[in-house]
Amino acid sequence: MADSGTATLDYEPLAEGGLRLVLKGTLNAAGIQQLWRQAMRQVAQSDPAALEIDARGVESLDAAGMALLLELKAQQEQRRQDFRIRGLRDDLSDLMKLFDPGPPAPPKPGPGLLVRFVHRVGEISHGVLVGFHTQVNFLGEIFVRLLSVLVRPSRLRWADTFLIAEKAGANAVGIVALMGFLIGLILAFQSAIGMRKFGAEIYVADLVVLVLFRELGPLITAFILTSRSGSAFAAELGTMKVNEEVDALVTMGVDPVQFLALPRLVAAICVMPLLTLFNELFGLIGCGLVMRSFGFPVATYIDQIQEAASLGDLFGGLAKTFVFGGLIAGIGCLRGLQTGKSPSAVGDSATRAVVSGIVAIVVVDGVFAVMYYYLGI
Amino acid sequence: MGSDAPPIIQVSDVTVGYDHHIVLKDVTFEVRAGEVFCILGGSGCGKSTLLKHMIGLHRPMAGSILVDGTDIVTAEGEERRALLGRIGVAYQNGALFGSMSLIENICMVLEEFTSLPRQAMQAIARMKMKVVGLQDAGDRMPSELSGGMRKRAAIARALALDPKILFLDEPSAGLDPITAAQLDELIVELSQTLRITFVIVTHELASIFAVADRVIMLDKERQTIIARGSPEELRDRSDDPWVRQFFHRQSSSA
Repeated sequence: MADSGTATLDYEPLAEGGLRLVLKGTLNAAGIQQLWRQAMRQVAQSDPAALEIDARGVESLDAAGMALLLELKAQQEQRRQDFRIRGLRDDLSDLMKLFDPGPPAPPKPGPGLLVRFVHRVGEISHGVLVGFHTQVNFLGEIFVRLLSVLVRPSRLRWADTFLIAEKAGANAVGIVALMGFLIGLILAFQSAIGMRKFGAEIYVADLVVLVLFRELGPLITAFILTSRSGSAFAAELGTMKVNEEVDALVTMGVDPVQFLALPRLVAAICVMPLLTLFNELFGLIGCGLVMRSFGFPVATYIDQIQEAASLGDLFGGLAKTFVFGGLIAGIGCLRGLQTGKSPSAVGDSATRAVVSGIVAIVVVDGVFAVMYYYLGI
Repeated sequence: MGSDAPPIIQVSDVTVGYDHHIVLKDVTFEVRAGEVFCILGGSGCGKSTLLKHMIGLHRPMAGSILVDGTDIVTAEGEERRALLGRIGVAYQNGALFGSMSLIENICMVLEEFTSLPRQAMQAIARMKMKVVGLQDAGDRMPSELSGGMRKRAAIARALALDPKILFLDEPSAGLDPITAAQLDELIVELSQTLRITFVIVTHELASIFAVADRVIMLDKERQTIIARGSPEELRDRSDDPWVRQFFHRQSSSA
């Protein structure tokens, strides 16, 4: 569209409630910019029984100019009133026929607000239930495959498993240790504020070690693994799905769950407890640093944590991490295999893997908390 | 189109490639206003690479490319922007924005280059959709379209700004013969009614004969243009064995 253009608009009333718009000059994007609103306003105000466009003075016409004429025509047709164009050059007239999209489709009568609300609520609830069902189904299926690997270990692709374990585990040690150290440090400082009132700063060690072993260590590590590797699993498998690599596996007679999901599941289950141990170790170092700054010798601090926490606390926490690892990999792989075809589908799958992974971890952690309470662990 | 029409694109002594790898050397040709010009050649001969240089996506290693009077290699700022407003490009896979409906895909271009009211942009977008025969698909997302529809939608988006030149990269690749023929008809119709100059990269013989006024043929080994003229001339009169093979669909061992 040309940048410059001069177009003018005049209007004159016609007999029997009609209106004539007189257009002159170059009807292009630059010329139409002002005329568009003016013309629409004039037609809306007069609501003419017949609209006539006098186009004798139109020198040239581009898509913007045609859009104005065709929009006015469509509006008149919608109102079931007359429309005609007079004096438009034949070549421009032919061009307009090529571009005329015809009257817009009448809007379909939709259901009322209440019906739509109920429909939407039902739709969302159904989606949640189906999603939960699929998730449980998939986790069950993958668990059965895992058991079959225990019986016949050669069925697992070990090379892939080690590679994934390195990416999800060894490469994550740095971030897991850093987070553990900072959490231990922050926890010690925050709890010291309360403990100081009673002169019981030494018990900060008790609090931190118990919280780390039983709850925060496994939980923080699981969150890191979900956001780091759960999303990566979903993105990897999602990209394979978009590129039809998953379909290729199926047609080659290879089970995608066995081939793609199982190595990730085994890797995640193996690295999760190890990463948790790193997290807790560095958490205790962070806490130890704070205790040292309060003036407690290192030996006192170590004695204190040995007395406060039992092996039962440590292993109770670690037991959860196997389940968390399985959940993270299972959900990541499921979301990846559920990826759609649009360009944003892979991103959506990664997001859904993280969100559902975190929710599942917290829910399962709650179940463990209740279970441990009744078991007295 | 008459052979006396002025050139709208002039490619002079252009060498193109990636990093230090040369794909085409000293390529010179011109495209005349209003014609349908096809760039032919086998896979990997640099057709799409040349096209990407002609639309300013890459800088050639040497030579100049004048598009509608502006050197697309050196043009910057407003000059470059104005030139981009006068050309349209439809990519091989459509390159439609997946998060937007087709109408929004077209409106986005108009928003960038014009200050028209929203209603006007939507009216223009609907018109462009009508031209390519997708008037009922404006609210659909690209992922809901078939391959042929996606190519048509890409052409509609490329037409958004009433371009003088339309570049199409393999428009009929991957389409069934009927859909490909419909697309060829659309190209001829747009060329005749809107006087748009087309530069088309293709290796589909049927399409070449259906739409092209003139063609050039590139060769991977010789890294340059090995034939030029109308498709019929190349088919019937070329002495070059590769050109003959191409137009008579023979394998190199035949």
